[in-house]
Amino acid sequence: MHVLVVEDDRETAQFLQKALKESGHVADLAEDGEMGQELAEQGNYDVLIVDRMLPRLDGLSMIRELRTKGMRTPVLILSALGEVDDRVKGLRAGGDDYLTKPYAYSELLARVEALARRSVPEEQETRYVVDGLVLDRLSHRVTRDGEAIQLQPREYRLLEYLMKHAGQVVTRTMLLEHVWDYHFDPQTNVIDVHVSRLRAKIDKNFEKPLLHTVRGAGYTIRDGPA
Amino acid sequence: MALPERITRAVSTTSFRVAAITVAAYLAFAGLVVGVLLWQTNRVLTSQVLTTLDGEAQQLRAEAQSGGTAALVRAVETRSTSGAPGLYYLGDAEGRKLAGNLSRLPPEIASNPSGGVFRYSPDIVSAKEQLAVAIPVNVGSGLQLIVGRDVEEQRRFASEMGTVYFLALGFLTLGGLVAGMAISRVALRRIETINAAARSIMAGDMARRIVVSGSGDEYDAMATNLNAMLERIDALMSGLREVSDNIAHDLKTPLTRLRNSAEAALRETGETAYREGLEHTIEKADELIKTFNSLLLVARLEAGALEGNAETFDVGRVVCDVAELYEPVAEERGMDFKVDVDTGLWVTGNRQLIVQAVVNLIENAIKYSGKAEARDDAEIAIDLRDHDKNVEIIVADNGPGIAAEDRERVLKRFVRLEKSRTEPGTGLGLSLVQAVARLHGGAVRLEDNCPGLRVVLTLPKHADDR
Repeated sequence: MHVLVVEDDRETAQFLQKALKESGHVADLAEDGEMGQELAEQGNYDVLIVDRMLPRLDGLSMIRELRTKGMRTPVLILSALGEVDDRVKGLRAGGDDYLTKPYAYSELLARVEALARRSVPEEQETRYVVDGLVLDRLSHRVTRDGEAIQLQPREYRLLEYLMKHAGQVVTRTMLLEHVWDYHFDPQTNVIDVHVSRLRAKIDKNFEKPLLHTVRGAGYTIRDGPA
Repeated sequence: MALPERITRAVSTTSFRVAAITVAAYLAFAGLVVGVLLWQTNRVLTSQVLTTLDGEAQQLRAEAQSGGTAALVRAVETRSTSGAPGLYYLGDAEGRKLAGNLSRLPPEIASNPSGGVFRYSPDIVSAKEQLAVAIPVNVGSGLQLIVGRDVEEQRRFASEMGTVYFLALGFLTLGGLVAGMAISRVALRRIETINAAARSIMAGDMARRIVVSGSGDEYDAMATNLNAMLERIDALMSGLREVSDNIAHDLKTPLTRLRNSAEAALRETGETAYREGLEHTIEKADELIKTFNSLLLVARLEAGALEGNAETFDVGRVVCDVAELYEPVAEERGMDFKVDVDTGLWVTGNRQLIVQAVVNLIENAIKYSGKAEARDDAEIAIDLRDHDKNVEIIVADNGPGIAAEDRERVLKRFVRLEKSRTEPGTGLGLSLVQAVARLHGGAVRLEDNCPGLRVVLTLPKHADDR
């Protein structure tokens, strides 16, 4: 995956470049908004990671300009401003996701990978399939090896989100944001409890586990080891 | 201060200007009144004189008709010398004087049939002219008769009256200006005390307040308001000081732990030990970040920064959703989780913040009620009540509760009771709830649940629903 990091703090930028490389991605760096805009227009990137406060041209204006020119590459906004209204402003400017500094790299990686997936033309998938687990988005039915699994509405949405990102790591905050539409830091293991309930329903009576915990990061659904 | 400068200052004040304008308006009005008065006085006096003259003219005409010219001459002669105030002149067709006490025929009267005003000299010696009113009387046979009255007395009276009026106006002006000046000086003095207080506060004397005179006037009201404002600023500042002290303490402790764990990891050998040490370090750093974020959020909320994210939503729905999120957590810990929430009550505000507040209350209840004595009858109850103009969100537990004397205190930032210091947490949860409540015009109340704690979060209902 080809990523452009627009970040004026050199240490942060280099840390990201190195970390992304270790995760198997290629990252270019831009130091200010103008350079970022130029590179973004020339290169064929899968995801842009844009700091909100940049010299010369601030991050939101840069994104706005790129969007006006018709560029649809997904953008993850990084910001020290983390209130709800800041997030709303960021997304309104054309960002696809918003991450508040300081962040855990695992969180950033998970979000970047989830975004990159979206840039593939989203054909209206009506079924998600992982091994024997099938989620039918039209009938809202879930089966594993042909056996029907009864899920609560929220459990269904949780599974739907995990399966949409099958093979990728999904963090707890991503789940809280997308399944529940909440933006806060839980002090309890509330997400783990919901995931383990879901796991009890989809994995318990089967030999091969599909829903895995990724230590220090989150969860993933995949056919094979985590 | 030099006198001219003081005068300049007094003149440039608003109160002086107001006084000056008032005086000017009053003067204009008074001048008008005086003018009308003088004119009217003159008119009345003149018409009186004319009536008298008409009467006399009739008598003399009658005399001339019955007795002829000789009788008229006699009558005029008698009247002229009787010491009465009348003025007469009788002349023949050739212009010779026949009788009367006027030395000559005043031409301005003779030619004017309705009479008029003229000047004459009563005695030849002084030649001093006096004012008189006269009318010509037609007695026929070519005779010219003038009947008049001396009005010098009246003229003098009128002019004296005028002088008095104008003097009065002058005094009025002077008095008004002096009063304006005096009022402005008083005002200046009062304002100067406020300025002096402001200067010394700016110079650093934060405890200084503006003196309230006790008269209850506008200046007192202003001083009282300014003092109240200063109190509020003072409270905020000491709050800030307290917070920074607490930050120093509460951030230093985890920072020290962070440093310790990094150092400890360095002393270890082997990849597993390093890894564990680093993971531990990151965990500590995350705690710090959480504290920091909550602190910023509380600070922003207390500063009233709710920028246009208000929406109107069914608060019951929102509370239900949050409760649904946490129900499994409580159940997992063997707690009874009761939710008695009706939908249909609407609130206007920032949904995410209200969610955060409710989450904090539920997380607190889960954290403190279940764990304490490993009890198996732990219970959390969530209620929503329609109370007058407000909605009350009630989260109650049957845990250890909070002693009555501590209930106010725990709402403050970073206040953690001894029992809970060892629990994970930032000490900002309830402060945040309070900040959210206040931002929306609501409040937080801690009550005894006998046993346990009951937290009541009050939010004003959406206006249309009240």
